[in-house]
Amino acid sequence: MSTERPDSAVPPTAESCSAPSRRTFIATTTALGGVVVAGGMVAAPPPLGAEKAVAAGAPPGGSVSLTVNGVRHTVTIDNRTSLLDLLREHLDLTGSKKGCNAGACGACTVLVDGRRVNSCLTLAVRLEGAEVTTIEGLEKGDRLHPLQQAFIDQDAFQCGFCTPGQIVSGVGCIQEGHTGSPEEIREWMSGNLCRCGCYVKIVRAVEQTAERK
Amino acid sequence: MHPFTYTKATDTREALNAGRRGGRYIAGGTTLVDLMRETVEHPGTLVDISALPLREVTVTMSGGLRVGALVRMAEAAAHPKVRALYPVISQALELSASAQLRNMASIGGNIMQRTRCTYFRDVTADCNKREPGTGCAALHGYNRSHAILGTSDSCVATHPSDLAVALAALEATVHLLGPDGERTVPFADFLLQPGNTPNREQDLKPGELITAVQIPAHPRPLKSGYLKVRDRQSYEFALTSAAVALHIRGGVIREAKVAVGGVGTVPWKLPAVEQALVGERPSDRLWAEAVGHAADGARPLTHNRFKTELLKRTVERQLSTIGGTA
Repeated sequence: MSTERPDSAVPPTAESCSAPSRRTFIATTTALGGVVVAGGMVAAPPPLGAEKAVAAGAPPGGSVSLTVNGVRHTVTIDNRTSLLDLLREHLDLTGSKKGCNAGACGACTVLVDGRRVNSCLTLAVRLEGAEVTTIEGLEKGDRLHPLQQAFIDQDAFQCGFCTPGQIVSGVGCIQEGHTGSPEEIREWMSGNLCRCGCYVKIVRAVEQTAERK
Repeated sequence: MHPFTYTKATDTREALNAGRRGGRYIAGGTTLVDLMRETVEHPGTLVDISALPLREVTVTMSGGLRVGALVRMAEAAAHPKVRALYPVISQALELSASAQLRNMASIGGNIMQRTRCTYFRDVTADCNKREPGTGCAALHGYNRSHAILGTSDSCVATHPSDLAVALAALEATVHLLGPDGERTVPFADFLLQPGNTPNREQDLKPGELITAVQIPAHPRPLKSGYLKVRDRQSYEFALTSAAVALHIRGGVIREAKVAVGGVGTVPWKLPAVEQALVGERPSDRLWAEAVGHAADGARPLTHNRFKTELLKRTVERQLSTIGGTA
């Protein structure tokens, strides 16, 4: 894999370290079947998806150049790699979440060429020349996107897992102009599930942002 | 997901060549990628057709509508001509899936989408559609969402598309291009009932590609709309649905087009209901009488007996919505 960003040229690993990040900790313990290992002294397998673990030999792949949050990347990937896995496992953009991995929950929502889509159902190898915007690409400098701020103002999340997908989807919903009423927002945001049940406040956050636009 | 090779066709000829060699076409990919991940589908080669020039919506010479196979669901639903001429199509599309999926999925792919039968999607279950000859786990399994019309002992899975119900009602045609040239298939003949070969779902020859769907001109004014009944209000497949189009002139119904979804192995046209409406004046009594034969031939399963009555009420409600009670 090559990229213009030297910091993302190295694939992620989960080699045990004395101070594991939340993410590597979760990846490590998950890879060990959920058993929590104190001390972090066990050499864990890398947190690769099952799909890649199966890929012994040289599964068919290809090179694709795409722009993510304004940065051009050229990557060589297995054809099976979803955009979501490209973002999370190759580019270390872990804001987009893997919920259902089947297009049913919306936690992976990103914008591709301005349209909100499920990145879990998007094969990355198809994205030659595409412009992708993730939750990490919404803020301008140190200023949050107005919808990000609105989620804070409205207290529109609890656990936060669905929030990146909700916000990116909300940006798409506002761009599409489907914010005429709370009912319309609910219908056009129905592709994003929230297990904590923050829907009322999510609708308010989208409404607030659409009104100020 | 099984490994596969990937090729992107730059023109139609290239796509057909790859298709003839056994490549599987991919457009929006929302069904195919999902099923590949579940290993229900395992194509050796994907042929990306997204660069082909099949993205136009045009009004035909006769006043009908031709929608290119690669037009996205969201684009077709929002298209001014579709909204103006065939609200039933716009509504069927906007009541389908989610905004994200509608931004990805294509019109051609929508009618090619495969059943949501959970046994079909579970590779450990018996399924004649997925593995011919293994049996049908749904027949005596949990079959609340399954079909009551057009079923066989081999398969009771519903066709999940809402768009297909609207296209069936409007008597659309499917335009195909293959190694042997172009052909046009009436929508009613394109999707196949399971019979003994539920694995065969469309009238498609090897390597054939959908280029467009075409909706014929209907007498104007034409009022049309789509009603979808489901377990939750949004982002769910239909338990029952009804596509209705009525041409009413001089207070009399001159033409009636009715099809239902969620109940058939294919979108189910209701000619008996249509015939009961033509020549009559709209009234609540007419709607109630007309749906009397809506579920004729139904074969309910253990858990979906409710669909027979729900189907009739869905059609009656939608007839009333579109036809009024003047």
